[in-house]
Amino acid sequence: MLRRTIPIIILSATGTMLVVAYFSPFTLSWGETVLDWFNILAAVAFVLGAGNLLAVNLEKVSSRKAGWAYAAITLLSFAAMFIFGIFKVGAVPNPSAPDVHLAGAYEGLPSAFGWMYEYVLSPLTATMFAMLAFYVASAAFRAFRAKNVEAILLLGTAFIILLGRTAAATLLTGWIPVDSAFAVLRLDNVTTAVTEHVSTAGMRAITIGIALGVAATSLRLLLGIDRSYLSKG
Amino acid sequence: MTTDEHNTAGGLRAQLARVSNLDRRWIFLAMGLAVGVPILLKLRFPEVPGPLAIATFNAIEAVPEGSRVLIAFDYDPASEGELQPMANAMLHHCASRKHKMVFIALWPLGKQMADETIKNVLLAFHPQYQYGTDYVQLGYKAGNESVIKMMTTNIPQAFPSDASGKTLSELPLVADLESVQQVELIITFSAGYPGAKEWVQYAKSSYPDDFVLVAGSTGVQANQLFPYYPKQMEGMLAAIKGAAEYEMLVTAKYPVTKDKERFEEGRRRMGPQLVAHLLMIGLILLGNVAMVAGRSRQSRGGQGAVR
Amino acid sequence: MSAHSSSDSNNSASGDSSNAQASRWIWIALFAVGAIGLACNMFLRQDGLAIRHVEITSAERVQARVVIGAGADSLAKPAQLTSDAAPLAIAAKIWVEPQDPRFATGEITRVDGVAPVIWETQKLLTRKEAAANEALQTHGDGKPAVVGANELATAAPDMQISFADTFGVWIAAFLTLAIFSFLYRDNPIYKVAESLLVGVSAAYWMVNGFWTTLVPNLFAKIAPDLVRAYAIPGLGVSEHPQQDMVLAFVPLTLGFMLLWRLAPKGGWISVWPLAFIIGTTAGLKLVASIEADLIAQAAATMKPLVAYASTTDSSGNAVRAVSVWSSIGSIVGIVGVLSVLVYFFFSIEHKGLTGKAARVGIWFLMITFGSAFGLTVMGRITLLAQRLEFLFYDWLNLS
Repeated sequence: MLRRTIPIIILSATGTMLVVAYFSPFTLSWGETVLDWFNILAAVAFVLGAGNLLAVNLEKVSSRKAGWAYAAITLLSFAAMFIFGIFKVGAVPNPSAPDVHLAGAYEGLPSAFGWMYEYVLSPLTATMFAMLAFYVASAAFRAFRAKNVEAILLLGTAFIILLGRTAAATLLTGWIPVDSAFAVLRLDNVTTAVTEHVSTAGMRAITIGIALGVAATSLRLLLGIDRSYLSKG
Repeated sequence: MTTDEHNTAGGLRAQLARVSNLDRRWIFLAMGLAVGVPILLKLRFPEVPGPLAIATFNAIEAVPEGSRVLIAFDYDPASEGELQPMANAMLHHCASRKHKMVFIALWPLGKQMADETIKNVLLAFHPQYQYGTDYVQLGYKAGNESVIKMMTTNIPQAFPSDASGKTLSELPLVADLESVQQVELIITFSAGYPGAKEWVQYAKSSYPDDFVLVAGSTGVQANQLFPYYPKQMEGMLAAIKGAAEYEMLVTAKYPVTKDKERFEEGRRRMGPQLVAHLLMIGLILLGNVAMVAGRSRQSRGGQGAVR
Repeated sequence: MSAHSSSDSNNSASGDSSNAQASRWIWIALFAVGAIGLACNMFLRQDGLAIRHVEITSAERVQARVVIGAGADSLAKPAQLTSDAAPLAIAAKIWVEPQDPRFATGEITRVDGVAPVIWETQKLLTRKEAAANEALQTHGDGKPAVVGANELATAAPDMQISFADTFGVWIAAFLTLAIFSFLYRDNPIYKVAESLLVGVSAAYWMVNGFWTTLVPNLFAKIAPDLVRAYAIPGLGVSEHPQQDMVLAFVPLTLGFMLLWRLAPKGGWISVWPLAFIIGTTAGLKLVASIEADLIAQAAATMKPLVAYASTTDSSGNAVRAVSVWSSIGSIVGIVGVLSVLVYFFFSIEHKGLTGKAARVGIWFLMITFGSAFGLTVMGRITLLAQRLEFLFYDWLNLS
């Protein structure tokens, strides 16, 4: 009962409520309440994520597993950032309530939290993603082989996009007059045509396919047919 | 073919086949140089605004002057390179059209990006903008698409206060703001989930005629968004090229007298972009040539098979 | 990173190791050149060391009482709150600038015995702004003003070197290089940077969720007075606080149940909030995917196969003419969507006409993926450009 029936009822009730709220203005406020609770749980999920991270890393440190020093750095940096943020260390006072310390702005400089964001979190996140430029180059060199028609189409399109979406388009085919009959051969026009008609058509079909899949899965969940989530406990 | 010629050709083929095993650090170095050197040399190429950027510019132009606009910063520093130039130019565009702006963020770090843009663009180039009457920062709210959905019916419930802790009813710009249908234009700078796709799904599709939706999208997400243009999204800027083109259009109509480089970030990055794209094409071609060379060696007696 | 996995059977082991030796020396030389360049930039160039300046201004607020009946304006007496006696009492004391004009008109009066609050605000200056300020400060010594000085106020503001921000830029540059160092090979410095990122971002998300969502949307309903006193003084007053409080206990309980996942026992407890989360997501997605992605996308596909465009004829009259390229575009679009959908349709065997259509569908998909790949590459390169711009411009001052 507690482990199976109630979760199924909770799921069906909340889901159905939202679907009904979409069609009926009378149940709109119920739907809003559900969404409000959902937002709160989304914030709780951050706490859960942090808790998980702490548990894993504390375990690593206490059992002196390989690389425990890195786990300790993670824990320390977490603790520092957490204290800076929760206690709003060095926060700029709120002009409409300067006497209430916790009403201050903690995210921007010169607060400690803001400093950590600006000079630690921001460069680290940005550089992590910038690394992908290197890997994409290496992967393209190793894995992109024109072995059959499909691969040639993929590569050809990639080349058109890579050239057409830079100044190369103008440099290579800019000499073709815009108002001539051959203007369609200008690389920028080819790029637009490929994106607008061909790749958008493919993407549209993918979108329709995903929509059907999502709708079916949602329906299976709401009707209690799909109960795989019950094993997550 | 004489034996000598045969040997030379075979040698070249062997060399090419060996290229497949090139240490990837050389490729990394090449990519680093392809991007780094043009930045140092300040390499610039002429850009021509494409139809998508023009449509986006026109969509924002078509919104009556002084309208209320909702701007969602749905990205973080990882996508700053692509989306910040768009955000800079769009805020300047909106401020030049005297729009009143309400800022929100669906990404936890999005509020920081918004604050930065407000400071560097809105207040730096349009110092007449006053908090509360001309712009409001509602900040971040957890919940992803649920926040969007809630904003279509009850903004005060989703945002009991602005980012600085003021009740919405105290801020003239948003005192009467119940739902996003009351704004004329929604702009999202979107780096993924939640982002432009969710704005289309949960706001625009239910209220297609109430507001104009415009998105600034990263390259990675652009393909996913193209099907929504132009019916479910009136304008979109795709990747850094979109940003560069839009910058041109905005500064042509609304020129700035100081700190012009703030609105040249996109165009500045198109220089390294071209060189790096050429490198990518070169690398793919080289990889394929090496494959063909390796294959022909293989068929000649199995020597030097390239894995 | 397997630098030299020998796969060419012509290569002897000795040839490989000499190759590795050679490339190691090349790398050492490259790093040395880089290090020397860095040192030269720092110590030989006048502007080579990144230093950050801030402009300091001070702010002051004094507490004032709103004089009731003195025609206080909307700022002192929020219109929405006047219906209730309690909020007026809250709004009656406000913090204002000492020079607030309402003191003179008698709308507000100083609260005795409450000391004014004074604090410093810092504005981080760009290099250009700092240079302009410096020029202004030295202007009196007869030195000429340099860049853009005329754009700034004539009086030089109070500018000073910010050690926190200067140190910050160097830390940011170090961390950027630490991550890039992984490209050469995995190393402890990279691992430290990575561990730092994990810890800091987890705390950032959690703290952010706490202050932006948990406090205003949950705690403010359970203990409004406490939240008003310590965190959000400007929090509005609900029309039905009792009801809000009772309702707020539901997400509070669900939240605790979700956190139960961290406990070693009783995992089923967290399934309740999980069911709530999945139910909400399913309810939202069911409608949205059908409305926005199925119906609207199907509608967007159905375009007239023959497209017309308005043009003008030789005598200047508006005429409608068949637009060949638009028509081809429409036809290609419809063929593309249908053929890809046929390919996705796995319930029937892909044979005969269906097989041919599915094959066309695959081609369309390949072009879609090619376009996605091109755009992805584009995006990744931009991100790298932004990081290198940071290193070159913000850290090394090479612009």
